[in-house]
Amino acid sequence: MRKDIITLAHGSGGKVMQELIQDIFLKYFTHPALSVLTDAAIFKVEGKNLCFSTDAFVVKPLFFPGGDIGKLAFCGTVNDLAVSGARPLFISCAFILEEGLELSVLEKILASMKSVSSQTGIPVITGDTKVVEKGKADGLFITTSGVGLRLPGVKLERKDIQPGDKVLVTGPIGDHEIAILLARGDFQLEASLTSDCAPLHTLTEEMLRMEPSLRFLRDPTRGGLAAVLNEIVSGLNCGFLVEERLIPVRKEVAACCGILGLDPLVLASEGRVVAIVRKEKAQGLLSKILKHPLGKGAKIIGEVIPDYPGRVVLKTITGSLRLVEMPVGISRPRIC
Amino acid sequence: MNYLTDFRDQTQAEILLERIRQLSRGLPEINLMEVCGTHTMAISRFGLRKLLPGNIHLVSGPGCPVCVTPESYLDQAIILAEKKNVCLTTFGDMMRVPASHSSLEESLTRGSRITVVYSPLEALELARKSKQEVVFLAIGFETTAPAVASVILLATRKKVKNFSVLVGHKLIPPAMDSLLLDRQVKIDGFICPGHVSAIIGTKPYQFIPEKYGLPCVIAGFELIDILQSIVMLLEQIQKKDACVQIQYSRCVRPEGNEKAWRLVNLIFETGRTLWRGLGSLDNSGLYLRKDYRLWNACWKFDLPEMETSAKSSCRCGDVLKGLITPQQCPLFKKSCSPSRPKGPCMVSSEGTCAAYYRYEV
Repeated sequence: MRKDIITLAHGSGGKVMQELIQDIFLKYFTHPALSVLTDAAIFKVEGKNLCFSTDAFVVKPLFFPGGDIGKLAFCGTVNDLAVSGARPLFISCAFILEEGLELSVLEKILASMKSVSSQTGIPVITGDTKVVEKGKADGLFITTSGVGLRLPGVKLERKDIQPGDKVLVTGPIGDHEIAILLARGDFQLEASLTSDCAPLHTLTEEMLRMEPSLRFLRDPTRGGLAAVLNEIVSGLNCGFLVEERLIPVRKEVAACCGILGLDPLVLASEGRVVAIVRKEKAQGLLSKILKHPLGKGAKIIGEVIPDYPGRVVLKTITGSLRLVEMPVGISRPRIC
Repeated sequence: MNYLTDFRDQTQAEILLERIRQLSRGLPEINLMEVCGTHTMAISRFGLRKLLPGNIHLVSGPGCPVCVTPESYLDQAIILAEKKNVCLTTFGDMMRVPASHSSLEESLTRGSRITVVYSPLEALELARKSKQEVVFLAIGFETTAPAVASVILLATRKKVKNFSVLVGHKLIPPAMDSLLLDRQVKIDGFICPGHVSAIIGTKPYQFIPEKYGLPCVIAGFELIDILQSIVMLLEQIQKKDACVQIQYSRCVRPEGNEKAWRLVNLIFETGRTLWRGLGSLDNSGLYLRKDYRLWNACWKFDLPEMETSAKSSCRCGDVLKGLITPQQCPLFKKSCSPSRPKGPCMVSSEGTCAAYYRYEV
């Protein structure tokens, strides 16, 4: 097979995308801030630690239960800054609009973005629009960027992760991706399920205030828990052991996975955080998260182990172990 | 009954495992073949292989429709996809399967129109709304053949002339027979596919206990289903009384789905066909009957017969027969991985190699 062309798999958040970034993009862009490959770049300006992040959104359909492309684009960048330990300050957004798009659709999306902006107090301070010919974009695409101020005392360094640390997730996984799949109507399935899409900065700020020595944070978007855990553990001298029975999955999501043959572990969430935390702080942090409106279903799902370095291992419901691989690109619908 | 939790109940699983341990005592090495790819995936996902006693082995069989589809079929599909007025429709799994020189995914980047659909009905709907020729890649076993048959019937009735199918359907029992005739393959019992059997019932497997004295159990896909099926197989082996049993009784009746199977026989006839890895097998393929040739893409587009070239050191064939485990293939996890598959067993979400790659510690 030819390897010299872009396929949909390159956009799936899995292994193929990682290879694209490592082998192609990093060949040309080499700034040290990029080398850690986190969700946002962290750098110092006049003694202040700043975070800067950017993200493009091509979700289809534009509207889905629990959100729309505008809310998703706003929250996506806010969340990338949040899990980098920053307080988001400003957002920029660029729109690629398709000829023929109804203005009412655009306005509905803008109103939704304004609503998140007012609710969070994070303003949009610059933007851009371009229009392309009909058929060259699916309604509209949005790119958002954001600048944030890193909270004092935050470390969030992957290399500090040690055996004994706990793995925590702030709520049930996969709601967003299943909500999108159902909203597309391809399967004629119905469920009372909404996307978990939400701005996470107040939750992460609270977590970091309580536990500044949090080892690491990440939001399990494309590629789900499987991708995020693999990314975090990659290259470390320890492994992750997570327990299937502890991982929170809504019954609607589990049922859809059963019918469609999907694995909940690779499904995207847009309002969850995965945290690696010191063992002795884990329970206290969990109780704190459970009190936050966005942390209602939080759970400790596993721990860091000295075995299986660089790998994620799942203790299945039968008690035996199996690998959780980095998902490989499969072309499911565009989810973000 | 809660279908999400009860069939994964740990207490029940432990009881069944204990029963398996009891039954396995005093037995020699036992190879049970799970024929179906969905079983292979489930077994790996639940981590079952490691829980069984040392003398009970689960061997994966040829029951992944994507894996056994020969390169020549994909070559024809690519020719179709690259015709000007054709929109090819397919199940998503087929996109990345290597053909002789290319793949559908790659053909897509050359500008051909390929749409992933979830059912043949969706493909027919697409044809009714379109002026293009819509071709559906009809692959799969007895499970998917009735849906394709009903869509052909619908196309006939509604006179949808811009719709056709490239048929690659295969039948499971002839493949099981060919495995049993192969002296190299050692099988002591079959975990029979649940959904294939929902269509064909128990009768097509009867030759296995009768001719070979081997037990068959038609199994569901949850943890408890699979464990219970292993118990049933071992009980038959212990009693030396082989027959075809149904564990998956919530879906499978002994007579199968007669209406669906009648429909298949109305539209298709059986013939010799090529399986990747197993070779050419008598009466193992479905072909559209002459009356329906207007909907046969081979006839409509006058597709050339394709040669399948034997090449590379990929051992998918031996994996499909259960002769080797994926780890024994020289390419496994080296030059062959789900992101860079060399053979079909690594591409398909139900492929044995993909299951081992993804799940086995």
